Amino acid sequence: MSSELVNETGPHVGRRAARIEDAALLTGRGHYADDVGVKPGTLQAAILRAPYAHAEIVSVDTSAAERQPGVRAVLTGADVRQWAAPFPVGVQQPMEHWCIAIDKVRYVGEPVAVVIAEDRYLAEDALDFVNVEYRQLPAAVDPEAAAGAQAPVLHAAVGSNVVSDRHFSYGDPDSAFEAAERRVALTIHYPRNSTTPIEGFVVVAEYLAGGEGYDVLSNFQGPFAIHTVVSRALKVGSSRLRLRFVKDSGGSFGVKQAVSTYVALLCLAARKAGAPVKWVEDRYEHLMASAAAPNRITTIEAAVHADGTLAALRYDQMDDCGAYLRAPEPATLYRMHGILTGAYKVRNLSVRNRVVLTNKTPSALVRGFGGPQMYFALERLMQRIAVELDLDPLDVIRRNLIPPDAFPYRAPAGALIGSGNYQESLALAISRGKLDELLQRRQAARAEGRLYGIGYAAIVEPSISNMGYITTVMSAEARAKAGPKNGAIASATVSVDPLGCVTVIIDSVPGGQGHRTATAQVVADVLGLAPDDIIVNTELDTQKDAWSIAAGNYSSRFAGAVAGSAHLAALRIREKMARIAADTLRVSPDSIQFADGKLHSCEAPDRALRFHRVAGLTHWSPGSLPDGMQPGLRETVFWSPPHADAPDEKDVINSSAAYGFIFDICAVEVDRATGQVRIDRYVTSHDAGRLLNPALAEGQIRGGFAQGLGAALLEEYRYGADGSFLSGTLADYLMPTACEVPEPIIVHLETPSPFTPLGAKGIGEGNNMSTPVCIANAVADALGVADVRLPLTPSRVHALLAGPDPEPESDPARVQTPVVQAPSPAPGGGRASAGGDSLHMAGTVQLAAAPEEVYAVLMDPDALASVIPGCHALERVDEQTYRAEVTIGIGVVKARYQAQVTLSDLDPPHGLSLGGQGMSALGSAQGSGRVRLEPQDGGTRLSYDYDVAVSGKVAAVGSRMLEGAAKIILRQLFERLGRKASGETVVARVSWWRRVLAFLGIGR
Amino acid sequence: MKPCSFDYVRADRVQDIFEAFEHYGQEARILAGGQSLMAMINYRLARPKALIDISRCAELDYVQVRDGRLVVGAAVTQAKVQQREALAREVPLLQLAFPYISHFQIRSRGTVCGSIAHADPSAELPLCLTALRGEVVLRSKSGRRTLAADEFFTGMLMTAIEEGEFIEEVRFPLAVDGCRYRFDEVAMRRGDFAIVSLAVVASASEIALTIGGVADRPVTRRWPRSADLPAVLAAFAWDLQAQSDPHVSASYRRHLVRSLGQRLITEVLDETVS
Repeated sequence: MSSELVNETGPHVGRRAARIEDAALLTGRGHYADDVGVKPGTLQAAILRAPYAHAEIVSVDTSAAERQPGVRAVLTGADVRQWAAPFPVGVQQPMEHWCIAIDKVRYVGEPVAVVIAEDRYLAEDALDFVNVEYRQLPAAVDPEAAAGAQAPVLHAAVGSNVVSDRHFSYGDPDSAFEAAERRVALTIHYPRNSTTPIEGFVVVAEYLAGGEGYDVLSNFQGPFAIHTVVSRALKVGSSRLRLRFVKDSGGSFGVKQAVSTYVALLCLAARKAGAPVKWVEDRYEHLMASAAAPNRITTIEAAVHADGTLAALRYDQMDDCGAYLRAPEPATLYRMHGILTGAYKVRNLSVRNRVVLTNKTPSALVRGFGGPQMYFALERLMQRIAVELDLDPLDVIRRNLIPPDAFPYRAPAGALIGSGNYQESLALAISRGKLDELLQRRQAARAEGRLYGIGYAAIVEPSISNMGYITTVMSAEARAKAGPKNGAIASATVSVDPLGCVTVIIDSVPGGQGHRTATAQVVADVLGLAPDDIIVNTELDTQKDAWSIAAGNYSSRFAGAVAGSAHLAALRIREKMARIAADTLRVSPDSIQFADGKLHSCEAPDRALRFHRVAGLTHWSPGSLPDGMQPGLRETVFWSPPHADAPDEKDVINSSAAYGFIFDICAVEVDRATGQVRIDRYVTSHDAGRLLNPALAEGQIRGGFAQGLGAALLEEYRYGADGSFLSGTLADYLMPTACEVPEPIIVHLETPSPFTPLGAKGIGEGNNMSTPVCIANAVADALGVADVRLPLTPSRVHALLAGPDPEPESDPARVQTPVVQAPSPAPGGGRASAGGDSLHMAGTVQLAAAPEEVYAVLMDPDALASVIPGCHALERVDEQTYRAEVTIGIGVVKARYQAQVTLSDLDPPHGLSLGGQGMSALGSAQGSGRVRLEPQDGGTRLSYDYDVAVSGKVAAVGSRMLEGAAKIILRQLFERLGRKASGETVVARVSWWRRVLAFLGIGR
Repeated sequence: MKPCSFDYVRADRVQDIFEAFEHYGQEARILAGGQSLMAMINYRLARPKALIDISRCAELDYVQVRDGRLVVGAAVTQAKVQQREALAREVPLLQLAFPYISHFQIRSRGTVCGSIAHADPSAELPLCLTALRGEVVLRSKSGRRTLAADEFFTGMLMTAIEEGEFIEEVRFPLAVDGCRYRFDEVAMRRGDFAIVSLAVVASASEIALTIGGVADRPVTRRWPRSADLPAVLAAFAWDLQAQSDPHVSASYRRHLVRSLGQRLITEVLDETVS
């Protein structure tokens, strides 16, 4: 185990110092973006969002909304078109992404209008009065289908949903595959998920007088290259878009990069309202329309020798980036590009990368950013190689690891890995995690017929993204034309004031990781002070502080880049103070030591100068300074890592500045009865170079592990076949809680990076990359299956166990008391489908009237009106179409729909098609299907076969209940029909419901 | 996620409830713990004109043993019942089920009667009330009516409450000597809505299994102890007409009814034999 440090060690760096941040947070005195005061007269915004995944906007009428109490303005696409421009996009394609829908909506939740009112309640009230007419279009939802020629196209001018398709080759993969002894291939589907902060997006925007542009306070997290994207969309110089930040954050996790879209929207809302405007995203908006990691389909193939050694890898990756390519996308697909060979020494690599657009929320940065998707393919493949070649998966990993003497190691696609000892990391994990014990448990469990599995994942964790990697999506020619992009600039400012107090400003806009604590440790060590003596300010202001395009809180850049920059800036302060002290003490500057708040020289050991006296001289007595020295004590460092070059003409790209290593072991037991996965032990071994503060590092590991576990077992943004969004509450989008997350065993190895000032590598995202696949490998081992899809919910695991679902016996006399009888979906056929597709309902109802009487009701508008549940008014449009107003209620939930009822395929009195579709404040609903009437027992046997589609809020927050609700409504409809036809009066009262149930044989 | 504007009526007396009903008619809703209702109101899925807050109505704040039943008034929180020292003896099934009801913060606000009134097919309290053949007392200005649990629950989120009525109390029969009670549940996470929940009441002569989370309300089936368990469970699982949702397939729900039913009932039978 090596722990040699690049720089001299001080008393504070490397220690588990308690977090400076916590005193305020634990006493309720944090400063979050929503808490800080706003100017008097600041208005509140609410956003009207698209209920459809894909539709043309025919018209937007805001006049009624503008008349609502407290409403000051309504912003629409027309305003935005006048004042702004589309966001610049990362690929050369004729498609436009505006901060609001202009001509079409392309995902559920896309902003269509912004109501600006005196408070949020009034603004939300007025949303119901913005009248938008849509013409619905078929949606492209499944990425493979969306990439096909038949798919509806989102951006007509592009002509296809595939907006980027690039091929790469490194080494000689074709020959290696031809010569391969064995080939192992796997197709994986990585789900669309996120890393969800407690705090949503916040923007407070003001349009300044006198052409000064826009002033914005937000919880945007960077990268600050996006600042230029937003300025261009707002058509102002970047100095006229002032972004300010607050002290605390309720988590950012990459997702808060997407605040940028709303910065532009709210700037324009403020301009329209002529007052500052504040918008706080709510949970529903966040889940539906903030950001998600792109779901990815990868076919990965390996050419392997019989002993499991890799000869070549071939990736075919397709990212589903949603409706628009929002900067910096398609970066998720390229962030890992240089390191696609992972921890392995294989030299031949072939890659195809496609970006497809679908009618879903635009993808964005999500913690792990490309790593979870890529390692899910690579590490699942490694496990499959072991299974198919009948080898121990650990041996397959070991045989392929980059050897310890190979560093610095240049991977075939370009990653320059500075340091590591992967074999040592494995050995540590195996010994501290007691793998032998787990192997024994597995043997014992299997002997008893229980399902126990062990999985591994060996991954390289990149950090400090080279801004040039994103341009790998362009061809070498296009890159040459656009000009070089590379580097990963970080900046830090250290200043010492007249009383010798130290302030540090950094550009990392932290999301709660403890950057102030670690920075204080770093600077304290350089200046011989205590961390408590250092004030670290993270409230960046783009008009006042140092920043550059790579600034921000992403790509695990803090420890390596930002803390390193603070270290370098402190060194400059130290150098200047050493010169002053040397001048005073008449010794050489090199002999000055900084310790315990004093400066002393080994050349004059009996004399020491106090830190604040030396610093004070630069302010109180510039005349006493050494000749030629400038007064004041403030140093700003801009640092960019070495070797962070632009991609070369062969697309070789060192996509990050530092590369850590992780080796994880996971043991699981799967409950055969319930399909539930229990994690028996999780071991995670990290090499993040020099650890600045192990407690903070372990905070990152625990958080990443929890999110990785969520991705593995629970989390997925689900969409219906029509693009409706189905995960609109935290009861639908399931994040792990403390009850679901076990404590991992954490192991550290420190091989310092030669490329960062402090030898630190990032550690913020590793478990987001390693944990999902490690758990999946363990479950695959337990079940002995190849196709493992996340999230591994109990229902999905049960399906993999493939137990029989015994058909019901045909003899109805088999039970003493039948519980539920008709109407019902026929067992075995016509049942509602699972998992977000449109609902299919089928069933039969016995009616007391003859088919002719039933049919007559359907043909008579007045009778029909009394039959449709909750129908207030029915107006004939033409022979077969009616306009209706219908209130649908299930329990406490009520929605008033403007509906259209259509009768077609008339076949009196045997059947017809009866359809309805409607729109309400809760979204749209439609049902269509065939009704058949057959005479039976003097009455009618009515059978129905329906497809029901629900979009908007009802689908997003009520997916658990949708099938039940659709069933209730259809039952109501047909039962009322039966009674109307047999001459009864139909009165819509709750008590009536019990009679229906009795009639249907349900009520007892 | 802000509610539409509504009137708030604090009902300190039952009389206040009737007056509010008179004033607002169908547009008023009873607010007790608000753990389901407030979320729906904030999502604007529900837009009542008025909320009648009964949480501080002393007349409805009682838990008592009366005529062989544990009687819980409408203002009583779940936590208060759960913390009853004698609960394990009085209504053992409730004691087993309470830890599965969401999390303690929610039980501290949520009321027993509120959960019954909401009639979520996956909720534990409607399951227990049905399994024990408990009763719901509905009160209106004109008097009271008492319904058996299976008359009260009429469908997903649907109950027999009529306009002008509210739940005054619910009654859980006390444990019967010689009867055994079991509860089990599978959910996506601790405290989530049940995918399937099961309550077993085993007497000397018969087994009663009640299933929640599968049909549109809790459903009980009874059979003699000697019945062919796998066959009875397989038939029951189908008859419940399981539904699919984005997380859970109908076939998985049927599987759980069979596998957990088998496990739970075998346990009870083994125990009584030994």
